[in-house]
Amino acid sequence: MLDAFQEFFRELAQTNPKWNFIYLYDPVQTERVLTGLWMTIKLSVVCVVLSVVIGVVGAWLQGSPIRWLRMFVQGYIQFFRNTPPLVQLLFFYFALGQFTPTYSPDGWLEVPIISNVGWAILSLSFFAGAFNVEIFRSGIEAVPDSTKEAADALGMNRLQIYRYVVLPLAFRVSLPSLNNNLVNLVKTTTQAIVIAVPELLYQLVSIYNDYSTAQNACMVLMFIVYIVLVGILVMGMNKWERNMRIPGYGQN
Amino acid sequence: MSETEWTPDQPIVSIKDVHKSFGDLEVLKGVSLDVMKGEVICIIGPSGSGKSTLIRCINALNDIQAGSIQVEGQEVNAPGLDKLALRKKVGMVFQQYNLFPHKTALENVMMAPLLVLKEPEDEVEKRARALVKKVRLEGKEDNYPGELSGGQQQRVAIARSLAMNPDVMLFDEVTAALDPETVKEVLVTIKDLAAEGMTCILVTHEMGFAREIADHIYFTDRGVIVEHGPPKTFFKAAKDPRTREFLSQIL
Repeated sequence: MLDAFQEFFRELAQTNPKWNFIYLYDPVQTERVLTGLWMTIKLSVVCVVLSVVIGVVGAWLQGSPIRWLRMFVQGYIQFFRNTPPLVQLLFFYFALGQFTPTYSPDGWLEVPIISNVGWAILSLSFFAGAFNVEIFRSGIEAVPDSTKEAADALGMNRLQIYRYVVLPLAFRVSLPSLNNNLVNLVKTTTQAIVIAVPELLYQLVSIYNDYSTAQNACMVLMFIVYIVLVGILVMGMNKWERNMRIPGYGQN
Repeated sequence: MSETEWTPDQPIVSIKDVHKSFGDLEVLKGVSLDVMKGEVICIIGPSGSGKSTLIRCINALNDIQAGSIQVEGQEVNAPGLDKLALRKKVGMVFQQYNLFPHKTALENVMMAPLLVLKEPEDEVEKRARALVKKVRLEGKEDNYPGELSGGQQQRVAIARSLAMNPDVMLFDEVTAALDPETVKEVLVTIKDLAAEGMTCILVTHEMGFAREIADHIYFTDRGVIVEHGPPKTFFKAAKDPRTREFLSQIL
């Protein structure tokens, strides 16, 4: 069965040299695609989680009574929102990467403590996190002061009010915009190719550099994978949105 | 800050010469009043007379510029005020109910005792169910605020406040946002509370209710208490022309 499948695509490549689905019959290329895909998934999941954490913490700090903390968050947002993520990746890896300490596992090689994957995670998470701060802030501002005041009058402290009253309500307001931003983030992970993170795009480009007839087939796969990947994310987010819906509150 | 030992024969809430401004606007210009334990007092007066501000100052939702407010001997207008200690003593119900819309009625009632008093969940739930029953909302425990009428929401808000076992309850125009037909159910709940000996301070426009329930009525206008007295004398024999004018418009 598998043999017949591989044979079919091997023959297709012979008869139609423009459609060489090499990753479907050459196990070495299949392996490259799968490791690339796995890296893309890891990168996406870690960055999504980190960026949401950054968003929640940043929005909390934005409401801080300490002025320099608010200014710090504002500066962070301006920096990451107003510069292209591609430039950020390059800057983080090539500029900042020079100043981070290195370690030597074997006494010869100098390895930086933050790898290119590490820089990609940091840079992409902070990039999307900057938008998430703004998204959560709009949600937080939608929570009426009177609701917070009621919690205050019941003796809750600032952290409890944020954790148990403001955030759950703000989250519901923010979800649609958060959804958009996370979709963008997953797609932006492809830009990690510029610092040689071996994610899916990197692997597919490598494949068609090695086998130029595989170019179209690689492009097609790229689109399919992202449609599916983002589709899963959006489905999950929509389900979450539905689960968080409160009877009698907002649109039902 | 010297905490004088409070004994129940002293006023539970003692307000002395309180001044409060919002920017240049002075809303309280030297207000004094005492409330004894178990007393029910109503504060009435035209809008903008500072009555809501006054009761919001009692649990430090607003700060004051001058004067003194003591609750069970604790000075509210003190630097480094222990807000938590104050708020355990004073419960508050608002005009717009301000329930937590993402929590069911029962969860609304249970939240503060769990988080603030850190009591065990089964005990809190038992007390919360009893309170929901007490405000006559049995069967609505699992409904969200959005599924309840205004009057029902306000009664949940009362139960939520009572769950903290306060010694004093503040009611800030709690029926002002309600449909006329649901006003009564909230007033009945407050009446039950008063009958049980809860110290209640109400800002209200319900004159009939004030007359029925209050031990003492205060009339405020433009930041001062113009006149006060027990309802019988207050409504029949108001002396000040401002009080008389207000009453003639309302009654």
